[in-house]
Amino acid sequence: MDNHSPIGTTNKKGQVITDARKMMFEAPRTPSFFTGSEVIKEAVRRANVDLMIAYPITPQSEAAALCGELFAEGYVKEYFRGESEFAVMSQCAGAAFGGARVFTTTAGPGTMRAMENFPMWAGARLPIQMIVTCRGINSPLSIQPDTLEISYLLQTGMLVWHAETAQDFYDWILRGYMVAEEPDVHLPLALCCDGFFVTHTKDVVNLTPVDMCLPPYDPYRSPVPCMDMECPPVRMMRDPFVMKSNYISYATHASWQQEVWAAVERSRKHTIAWIDGLIETENTDADVLIVSSGTAVSQGREAIRLLADEGIRVGLVKIKSLRPWPWQEIREATKNAKHIIVPEFNVVGWMAREIKASIPDSDRVVSGPRVGGGMTMPPEIIVSEIKNALGIRNAALAGRGS
Amino acid sequence: MIKKRLNIRMSGLGGQGAVTAAHVMAMAASKDGRFAISNPFFGAEKRMAPAESYCRIGIERIYDRGELVFPDVIEVFHPQVVTMGKSYTMPFYSGIKEGGLVIINSDAPLLTEEDIQRLKDLKVAVFYINGTQIALEVAGTELSTNMTMIGSVAGITKCVSMNALDLALQERFGKKFVASGGTATLDEAIKKKFAKKEMLLAKNLATVTRAYELGVEWAEKNKYELQVAAMAAA
Repeated sequence: MDNHSPIGTTNKKGQVITDARKMMFEAPRTPSFFTGSEVIKEAVRRANVDLMIAYPITPQSEAAALCGELFAEGYVKEYFRGESEFAVMSQCAGAAFGGARVFTTTAGPGTMRAMENFPMWAGARLPIQMIVTCRGINSPLSIQPDTLEISYLLQTGMLVWHAETAQDFYDWILRGYMVAEEPDVHLPLALCCDGFFVTHTKDVVNLTPVDMCLPPYDPYRSPVPCMDMECPPVRMMRDPFVMKSNYISYATHASWQQEVWAAVERSRKHTIAWIDGLIETENTDADVLIVSSGTAVSQGREAIRLLADEGIRVGLVKIKSLRPWPWQEIREATKNAKHIIVPEFNVVGWMAREIKASIPDSDRVVSGPRVGGGMTMPPEIIVSEIKNALGIRNAALAGRGS
Repeated sequence: MIKKRLNIRMSGLGGQGAVTAAHVMAMAASKDGRFAISNPFFGAEKRMAPAESYCRIGIERIYDRGELVFPDVIEVFHPQVVTMGKSYTMPFYSGIKEGGLVIINSDAPLLTEEDIQRLKDLKVAVFYINGTQIALEVAGTELSTNMTMIGSVAGITKCVSMNALDLALQERFGKKFVASGGTATLDEAIKKKFAKKEMLLAKNLATVTRAYELGVEWAEKNKYELQVAAMAAA
């Protein structure tokens, strides 16, 4: 019998530590009209976070500042600002090694600067949650949403989810910890959204009660030893595995990488249960499907309405989890589609590439429309792309700058 | 014209409160029971640089995000948007829908013959409001100019009710609100202008009301109609 369960006890803010399933699936919800940044704060308030480290970069600065208020109010136990993005992510690693539930936020060039840390987090099996509010990374400067940084994160061994709305964000911050901290997963989560379109947009979000919070992180469920920082159990820096000084260290490194990716795969079952599947679908029997993630899905939903007014039926696949990648689900959902339209907020079309690599007859995939550098994607240009694919004449759009 | 959705683009300069105006409009529309979202678009935050915000109000759930490329209404918060091209489009009315509405804060006409003709071809109505002057007269500070832009579009289109605007203003200014360092600083600046927060609320509401009345008057005189449909009964 477990006499040590914290469920039902209260924390020092008077929040009742609640079974996560009850809190997320059964507790009453209150509609609130909030920006995405405010929603991040409200989720963290209920997430029993031990430590958050902040560094300013638009468009995540508001969320980072708002979470600082949570520290002032006593909801987050430790909070400080790092010296740089690289320092922040290294410090997050240190805290997670020590057994803390860690939260941080990042964006664009800052994410790129810190990149070395992300495969390290995954390799060290640190279940840190990092919010990525996507923005342009290339010169000339842009602070507007562009999803290029997500494509870099895809190969790090982190779990990568892409929220469409502030509601997704709220629910997934809380549920994300539950998936990431499973002993057979125990990996960092990059929870991404398109900056401004989610972070700075006011929308209705249904919140769980403020007097309930998640159970605390239990570092003893970690599949690797929790680090006693005074007396590390292994020598991390002298003769580490990476030195490949003998056959065993060589083989260990190679097989550990496989284990990290196996852990990503093992997260599927938890992710499916917590966020109701890796994808969401509508009308997949239609000849034309829009398949994407993030707010490109939102713009797709508006395009579907516009086309419905003209009698053209279009289905939708929203990809929620990018790692693990739902290739089986996408194959199944797109099996009847003649045209697969992939709108993206980046210039390279990485999402279309991933989809092409996952399905038969990949010439069905239309890689576009794509907008880069933080440009907006009016639904009308998705309509235009679909009409082109169907061979329907459509008038040229008079857009910005015409 | 009665629409399922009204898309409002607010083109202003940094520091004028265009972002706040869109948020207040959306909050009010939400309080009226309609669907609404608002979002800003700007570069590195600085005063007098172009800053835009967007407010979408409708009778069904709104998914559309980002810049409003094809707006029904464009509100110009500062003459420099027109005269110095401080806008994310050239000309500033690019993309406006047929039968749309342009509201310009200026004490003198700003449009060229060509602009006037192009807007006429699109059946777009133009309403000039001397918002900065009204803000100075009613609230005693030009910082309330954004309130005249809220009031005028509400008066002409009835897209939000005065009651809901009152509630939204109370929510926005009546409690501690942190959007960003810049916004917090501006909030502090404006709070110093008014001895008490209640005074700020009352004067802002009076400014909105004055502009609302001007909008109603203008729409009646010019027989201009652009409205959002009523919500279907539940």
